[in-house]
Amino acid sequence: MFLSMNWISDFVDLSGLDKLKLIQQFSLSTAEVENEIFMKGADISGIVCAEILSVEPHPESQKLHLLKVDCGKGEPVDVVCGAPNVRVGMKTAFAPLGAKIGEITIAPRKLAGYTSNGMCCSEAEIGISDDNSGIMEITDDIAPGTELKSVYEIDDIVFEVDNKSLTNRPDLWGHYGIAREFAALCGRPLKAIDTADLTQYSGLPSVDMKIEDPLCYRYACIQVENVTRRVSPVNMRIRLFYCGMRAINFLADITNYIMLEMGQPMHAFDSRKVEKIRIKRFDKPFVFRTLDGEDRNIDENTLMICNGDTPVAIAGIMGGLDSEIVDDTTRLTLESATFDPVSIRKSTVRLSHRTEASQRYEKSLDPEMVVTAVGRFLYLMNESDPGTKIVSSLTDEYAYRYPQISFGFDKKYVDRYTGIEIDNATIVKTLESLGFGVKNTGDDFTVDIPSWRATKDVTIKADIIEEITRIYGYDNFDVHTAESPLYPVRISAEKNVEEQIKDMLVKRFSLHEVHSYVWPYYDEFKALGIEAEDNIRLVSAPMAIRKNIAPTQLCQIKLNSAYAPDFGIFEIGRVVDGLKEDGLCNEKKILAITLFSKVDSTEKLYLRLRDIIAVLADDIKHQSVSFESIAPSHSWQHPRNLNSIVCDGKKIGEMGLPYPSIAVKIDKKASIVYAEIEIEAFTAVEALGISYEEPSKYPEIEVDLTFRSSVFAPLAEAVKNAKSALVRRVSQADIYDDENGRAITMRLVFADNSKTLTREEVTEVTDKIIEELSAKGIALKV
Amino acid sequence: MLEKVKELREKFSEKLGAAADPQVLEALRVEYLGKKGSVTDLLKSMKDLAGEEKKEFGQQVNILKNEIAEAIASKSEQLRQEALEREINLMPEFDLSAPPVLDRGSYHPITLVQRECENVFRSMGFTVEDYSEIVTDYECFESLNIPKHHPARDMQDTYYLTNGQLLKSQTSAAQNAIYKKYRKALMEEGKPIKAIFPGRCFRNEATDNCHENTFFQMEGVMVDKNISISNLIFFMKTMLSEVFRKDIKVRLRPGFFPFVEPGFELDISCLICGGTGCPSCKHSGWLELCPCGMIHPEVLKAGGIDPEEYTGFAFGLGMTRLAMMKYGIKDIRDLNSGNLKALSQFTQDC
Repeated sequence: MFLSMNWISDFVDLSGLDKLKLIQQFSLSTAEVENEIFMKGADISGIVCAEILSVEPHPESQKLHLLKVDCGKGEPVDVVCGAPNVRVGMKTAFAPLGAKIGEITIAPRKLAGYTSNGMCCSEAEIGISDDNSGIMEITDDIAPGTELKSVYEIDDIVFEVDNKSLTNRPDLWGHYGIAREFAALCGRPLKAIDTADLTQYSGLPSVDMKIEDPLCYRYACIQVENVTRRVSPVNMRIRLFYCGMRAINFLADITNYIMLEMGQPMHAFDSRKVEKIRIKRFDKPFVFRTLDGEDRNIDENTLMICNGDTPVAIAGIMGGLDSEIVDDTTRLTLESATFDPVSIRKSTVRLSHRTEASQRYEKSLDPEMVVTAVGRFLYLMNESDPGTKIVSSLTDEYAYRYPQISFGFDKKYVDRYTGIEIDNATIVKTLESLGFGVKNTGDDFTVDIPSWRATKDVTIKADIIEEITRIYGYDNFDVHTAESPLYPVRISAEKNVEEQIKDMLVKRFSLHEVHSYVWPYYDEFKALGIEAEDNIRLVSAPMAIRKNIAPTQLCQIKLNSAYAPDFGIFEIGRVVDGLKEDGLCNEKKILAITLFSKVDSTEKLYLRLRDIIAVLADDIKHQSVSFESIAPSHSWQHPRNLNSIVCDGKKIGEMGLPYPSIAVKIDKKASIVYAEIEIEAFTAVEALGISYEEPSKYPEIEVDLTFRSSVFAPLAEAVKNAKSALVRRVSQADIYDDENGRAITMRLVFADNSKTLTREEVTEVTDKIIEELSAKGIALKV
Repeated sequence: MLEKVKELREKFSEKLGAAADPQVLEALRVEYLGKKGSVTDLLKSMKDLAGEEKKEFGQQVNILKNEIAEAIASKSEQLRQEALEREINLMPEFDLSAPPVLDRGSYHPITLVQRECENVFRSMGFTVEDYSEIVTDYECFESLNIPKHHPARDMQDTYYLTNGQLLKSQTSAAQNAIYKKYRKALMEEGKPIKAIFPGRCFRNEATDNCHENTFFQMEGVMVDKNISISNLIFFMKTMLSEVFRKDIKVRLRPGFFPFVEPGFELDISCLICGGTGCPSCKHSGWLELCPCGMIHPEVLKAGGIDPEEYTGFAFGLGMTRLAMMKYGIKDIRDLNSGNLKALSQFTQDC
């Protein structure tokens, strides 16, 4: 919203004050002001009123005219002008030699052979409207040679307030409310707004009007005849233009002017079309044409202003085309009203049509303004068009009143909340300057909230703190720490696990952490042939929440397939595993890892992933992991090599390969493996302590045994069954295939803490192992 | 006989000079000092002598024997040294000028910024809380004093789910649970509630280079008996100075959020120009950083805390925005892109 300092100055005397500094203060105490401040009129100087004395056609040009103008210099001045609306006797804006418009200083200039000693200006050229159709027409009684800036408010400081910072302040949607803030900030009085006395019309017949719906809080109207003025006074038009609105015609301009001044939207109907005003909703939807010519679908929740049963306006949003003021309108009915703010907002959303009026109504306007605005309208109208006649009494129905709000607080409360010392006199003065009624005895205060702050904005004691402190100024606060006691802070087990996982994966395994969205990547899934599984869905879009992260990572792997020949990504993210018994989402935090390699075989890569998981479990929990083959439960999983990951006897996750047709679409030649680990389950695994073993002083004996076996498991099993305390470590030293199949070399390390082992003691154990395996048909390869 | 000694000595000397490797030297030792060596032979021939002559000869042979042994040892050492030198000279100088192979992983930039903030707040006694992404209407709105008809609850802004839950639109959604978790310790043990809760938030909006539907925030709250606006300014200034590792100025402006009263927009002095004005701060010298305020009495009440007895402040830092500011990320969508060309650049932040 744009605001004019001239307009604000109508209501508070700001003379002698640094206005730019005041605007800055307003930004820190009331509402955010945009950075750019507009110094209106600063780019023009020396523009005067001039009267056109003669108009001759230019011999060389169809468009140009040769004028003699009186610009107050005594002698007429020769001017060449191309405007279509020049005529003898017309008064216009004139830039004489030496005047400035923007960067240009007016100098004698030859136009098609004739010298022009100055320039007649359009309103757009001097920046007071966007009208560039012809030169400005001055109808006011001004002597030629008069500086226009001395008559019209061309010089002004205009600033813009971010509308978002006004959402909770219905009182700030007009200059008067803004002026109240300036008055409080600079400690000067706020002037009353000039209005017509409405009681003088009480004897006139009332308007046939009735509120038939509780969504209308207050509705006031009055009828006016004999409005003859068509074009608004220049100063009114300048203010409207500076504040971002175009002048339309006198009546529309006053309603807009009052909206920008008081924040109260108004509407003027042709009285012939509103003989019987009814405010109500309709049972059935219908189409209604608004005054912008659009056909709009009205439903049964939208409040309408009607003439009997015929809708004439969408309440609080926009009038209808059929009831608009037209050229032969002789009598108009002026509306000033307030409506239920939520209903207006919802209608605005349904209609996708937000107007200057509706955005104000949404904010909960003060119904007390309704009648004042009518008084202001009549005052402004009469000032510029004295022949108008009021032909009805003020007809006002006040259906819903906001409750009067009053409450008490004490000095101690203010001290505790602010943490600084603000004296009682300052509290009283600040609140009174903002229009609050204050009673103060000792350290106790009682406040009456003014109607313009009582529609939703100020309801509790804490709101009063804001009023006191913002005017006091947060920059003036003495800042200090809290006196609260200190306690040690512990890191939660889960957080600890997550951070360790991230460090290990990044620093030890060189993986890259990524983030992703919580819904399936529908388009990318389609390209890879991944089925997007159904799950709990969004209401606003045909999207589900993901059940797994692995499919998302396959898409991310595809995206990065040219990044490097060998890389891996991971994410700790969330998925939804259906609904719980109470109907709420069963949300789980998952560590997902996907590895990609054009260097290693799928088997080698899969073993690398196994080792990563084993290292995580070993390092973070000092636990080992085991793997159990499981059946696929998702179509994107490869049916082979799908394993559950078991740690401390509990399943903590799964690892596997993508379905072959998906893998091929990612990269024909690459190996891809993934794992998903549930963070909660992994956190719950008991972390074992470090079990320290005294190092043996005697040499260890290393024995390699090679067996004909396709898997290692029976070998490990046999070692376990041998139950020898001498076996310290078991590992797979080699694995190879020859014409007789697969062979695995198992390396055993033997040691004894009390003596040097003999060959016989070792052989006793290895013989047991060989024997057991042999019984199972697993031969020792000699 | 002494002539023989002299002769042998001369011959040895000649041969020693020609010995160029340890094998030849060893053969020479055997030839002279071995059991059947020349010196041994001389000693054996002593049995044919007697008296002074025998004694004289014996002495001379022994001298020769020692001389030869020493000469061989010395020559052996010399050859060893020469061999070592040859080996050293054979070692080439390695070329280190090629770019090193780093093969490093990377953290997501949000992780880095989040860790940094968490460390600062933890050092000032704040616990770090975790909270779910899917929350109830009560958690996200009702308990935060956001009325039923508030625009923030509109369908078009919030991702509602078909079971009535929603993807949390703000980390404030965790406030109520935090109050309930710690209220007992606050009221019974006098332990102030000091907590931060970083987390992912969601808003239904069209994405472009500065708008995302999925982003990170970090909420913080502090509640105790006498927490004031003055404390709020102090903590924000101190913590932000730590986060940015320089002394920054803060200023508050009124801001409206239903869950705080008074509510503020907090600006910090521009990180680029320090407050003198530059294009980054649109020449204002200030950057709008985070909303904050005194916790609304209704919000405390919903958390089971008596607002007449306790007060508190809350703030919400935009982690995504902070990461973008810190690393100069221009397109917010890069963060969720999974694109390693962008993301692999974020290694441990020092």
